[in-house]
Amino acid sequence: MTDLTLTPVQTRQSHIGKAVLRWSLYILLGVFALFYLMPLFVMVTTSLKSLEEIRTGDLVALPREVTFEAWRTAWSSACTGIQCEGVRPFFWNSVLIAIPAVTLSTLLGAMNGYVIAQWRFRGANLIFSLMLFGCFIPFQVVLLPMARLLGMMGIAGTIPGLIFVHVIYGLGFTTLFFRNYYVSIPAELTKAAKVDGAGFFRIFWSIFLPLSLPIIVVTVIWQFTQIWNDFLFGVSFSQAGTQPVTVALNNIVNSTTGVKEYNVDMAAAIIAALPTLLVYVVAGKYFIRGLTAGSVKG
Amino acid sequence: MSPILEISNLYKNYGSTEILKDINVSINAGDFLVLVGPSGCGKSTLLNCIAGLEPITSGTLNIGGQDMTNVSPKDRDIAMVFQSYALYPTMSVAKNITFGMKVRGVDPATQERKLQQVAQQLQIEPLLKRRPGQLSGGQRQRVAMGRALVRDPKLFLFDEPLSNLDAKLRVEMRTEIKSLHQNLGASMVYVTHDQIEAMTLATKIVVMKGGVIQQVGSPAEIYNRPANLFVADFMGSPAMNLIPAKTRSNGDGTHIEIARRDGSQIVLKDRRNRDLPEDVIIGVRPEDIADPARASSSAGQEADCLIDVIEPAGADTYAVMQLGGKHVTARLHAETTATPGATQRLSFDLGKVSYFAPDTGLRLN
Amino acid sequence: MTKWLEEHTPKLVLAPSFVAIMIFVYGFIAWTAWVSFTRSRLLPKYEIEGLIQYERLMASPRWETALNNLFVFGALFIIIAMVLGLLLAILLDQNIRTEGAIRTIYLYPMALSMIVTGTAWKWILNPGLGLEAMIRGWGFESFTFDWLVNPDMAIYTVVIAAIWQSSGFVMALFLAGLRSVDQEIIRAAQVDGIPTWRVYTAIIIPSMAPIFLSAFIVLSHLAIKSFDLVIALTGGGPGYATDLPATYMYAMAFSRGDIGQAASSAMIMMMVVFAIVVPYLYSELRSKDD
Repeated sequence: MTDLTLTPVQTRQSHIGKAVLRWSLYILLGVFALFYLMPLFVMVTTSLKSLEEIRTGDLVALPREVTFEAWRTAWSSACTGIQCEGVRPFFWNSVLIAIPAVTLSTLLGAMNGYVIAQWRFRGANLIFSLMLFGCFIPFQVVLLPMARLLGMMGIAGTIPGLIFVHVIYGLGFTTLFFRNYYVSIPAELTKAAKVDGAGFFRIFWSIFLPLSLPIIVVTVIWQFTQIWNDFLFGVSFSQAGTQPVTVALNNIVNSTTGVKEYNVDMAAAIIAALPTLLVYVVAGKYFIRGLTAGSVKG
Repeated sequence: MSPILEISNLYKNYGSTEILKDINVSINAGDFLVLVGPSGCGKSTLLNCIAGLEPITSGTLNIGGQDMTNVSPKDRDIAMVFQSYALYPTMSVAKNITFGMKVRGVDPATQERKLQQVAQQLQIEPLLKRRPGQLSGGQRQRVAMGRALVRDPKLFLFDEPLSNLDAKLRVEMRTEIKSLHQNLGASMVYVTHDQIEAMTLATKIVVMKGGVIQQVGSPAEIYNRPANLFVADFMGSPAMNLIPAKTRSNGDGTHIEIARRDGSQIVLKDRRNRDLPEDVIIGVRPEDIADPARASSSAGQEADCLIDVIEPAGADTYAVMQLGGKHVTARLHAETTATPGATQRLSFDLGKVSYFAPDTGLRLN
Repeated sequence: MTKWLEEHTPKLVLAPSFVAIMIFVYGFIAWTAWVSFTRSRLLPKYEIEGLIQYERLMASPRWETALNNLFVFGALFIIIAMVLGLLLAILLDQNIRTEGAIRTIYLYPMALSMIVTGTAWKWILNPGLGLEAMIRGWGFESFTFDWLVNPDMAIYTVVIAAIWQSSGFVMALFLAGLRSVDQEIIRAAQVDGIPTWRVYTAIIIPSMAPIFLSAFIVLSHLAIKSFDLVIALTGGGPGYATDLPATYMYAMAFSRGDIGQAASSAMIMMMVVFAIVVPYLYSELRSKDD
């Protein structure tokens, strides 16, 4: 048998080679980390600088003098068009839109998924496919008729109108999430409960809902992120007092009156991003699961 | 006595595919009916139809003398044990067992009393507070049984309840189910693909294939007088030897000629006069081909056979040879002298022989 | 009656959502399709007039720019995000000790609104005080990076911001794919003495074909729907140099009051999406049914 052990010289060389490779790997990963972190870093530092310092200083330099003035302005007095109340009222608009819309669409998605996965009937799969296709349409194709319908219903430009829109167009995804989760639960469980005498709602309430915590978290996070970050529906179906925070942010940034206050823009942007960032930091695992579940369909 | 379960002319279709064709079965109170067949034969679908979990396409289904054809599962007075046990994962064992009573609004004191009674019967008292996820396979099986027992139904339904257990536990639980049946005197319908389970448990067996009932009968009838080649081959382990042969009738009985591999013939004599076609397939159980010393009755007729393979199995030794162009298994003494490649004198007992028509596969005698 | 109710509860529960989807997705698509064949301007008209809106669309230089931008932006965005995502995934797959933290950093932009992303990059890329000014401040006086305000280059700033936002997500998809490759195959290859890079190129990456497909679908879908990012970053400008079909549609619908153009451009967007997504979904659903 040939001797397979390496001579000391060879091992040392390969050790050095490995270490070099390893270090370049880490350096490369670090460079990319900088690329992803840089905009956030710039946003934060800019928001803490005075306008004077921004004009004279470096983009990536730390603030010489930390001031929260821009944050105050962004929160309560920046102008979004003619209104100058900061992003605060719009932030609360977003909250008022997101909470009911997330709750409703999650609840409906759970029931739909339960029906499609566990109470299969003729045509259920077709309905599911139709709902799934609905997830993919570019929403531009429904903007015009929806604007007219909201007008006819008398909820154009209102928060209930936006909630309605978000619930309708969130249904496809919430149904998909719950359907895929419930489809992996053996059908025998439903059968056993039927023999035990439980009906449709009892089985859902006593058996399926207690099992659903992980998928509820995934769905709530997904829906919250989608609705909070929405701009298209917000800008199309709201009016001055009911705009969500993303629209307000865009208005602040693009308001042409007065001096361009970059620090206020950045503070407002961070405020608008904070809720979803927080969710991401706290429950990143579920966030990623939602993203991948939302993309790898079926 | 009216039958506890009576199924007449039952058909079940999914779209245009017929899953069950013209099913007719009835059992009396206290019977243990086993539905057995290979996977896809429709036995589980039939059980689901009995439970009301699947609607039937046509026919009638009576339980306890009442027409249940369109009655929902909860009103059929049945209990069911599932292959995967189907325990409610978020409920404790106690809650699993009492869930059905709770749904039906049984008062808590009765629930508790029945729970304790069943827990004692199945020796699962220490497990009552645990979740199904914390139980072993055997324990889950017991809980699933408990959930059924506590209902005290007219009819128990079992859907392959032992197939997820390891071999040793399966045998134990089999015995336990059998003794449960004997103690309770309950009526049971049991689905399995395992013919040994079917033989050991049943008072009545239904053998199914392709959605059609092949034979209904007691275990002994099924074993000794299989209705066709499928049943003959499916029931019994090792399987019945099915050997192509030629028959000749003369006054004093039937002569059966079986070809050896070298072209010579074994001629056996069935003393009964039978009206058989010339070409038949004869069915002989392995235990009816034995060492001459072991052969139980004097009915044995001896012949020399060339042994190909010897398979010691502990209590017995199986010898495999080739007769009529087929592998034929004989069940010999554990200490048999037979060796592979050598000729061995074997005793053929035709007392329980079956004859089948080669073309239709149906039993001829 | 109770029996009927019992049997039909599941259908009744699903019915409202089904009706909603039929009206608000398919009905609305039909409405938009219908209107796209009329002479609708400020108000919808319902007399079919043929392809006039599509002819107007094809004749519009602004739409031509938007469509061109979509292809340039879409192609660059999809290709770079996939390559970068795959590269990052492979780098992260090398038993990196701080993998969790690094993954979190690469992926967080996906949690942000496109409006936030656009706002941030608009600030970074603005020539007056951003990156250009910074590098000039370091002594490179002649350094210019004015893509944001350069009509020929502005679309590439959208590409940069979009990649920054989405490539981490592509990485997460690929990483999940890498991890789901049968470890025994990899071990068998290692026992056979196949070098690591060959294991990747010959075994792992080919077996991830479905992931490439889903990543492609998701990214192309994102590209076609891209609206917020352009609005926040360039506002479609300079002029309409960075218009995309989505911003064109919005401008026609809500600022120009040209419903016919809005409807026909929306229909073209939908056809592009469906050309990509329908075959994919169809095959997915088919394979699930079997």
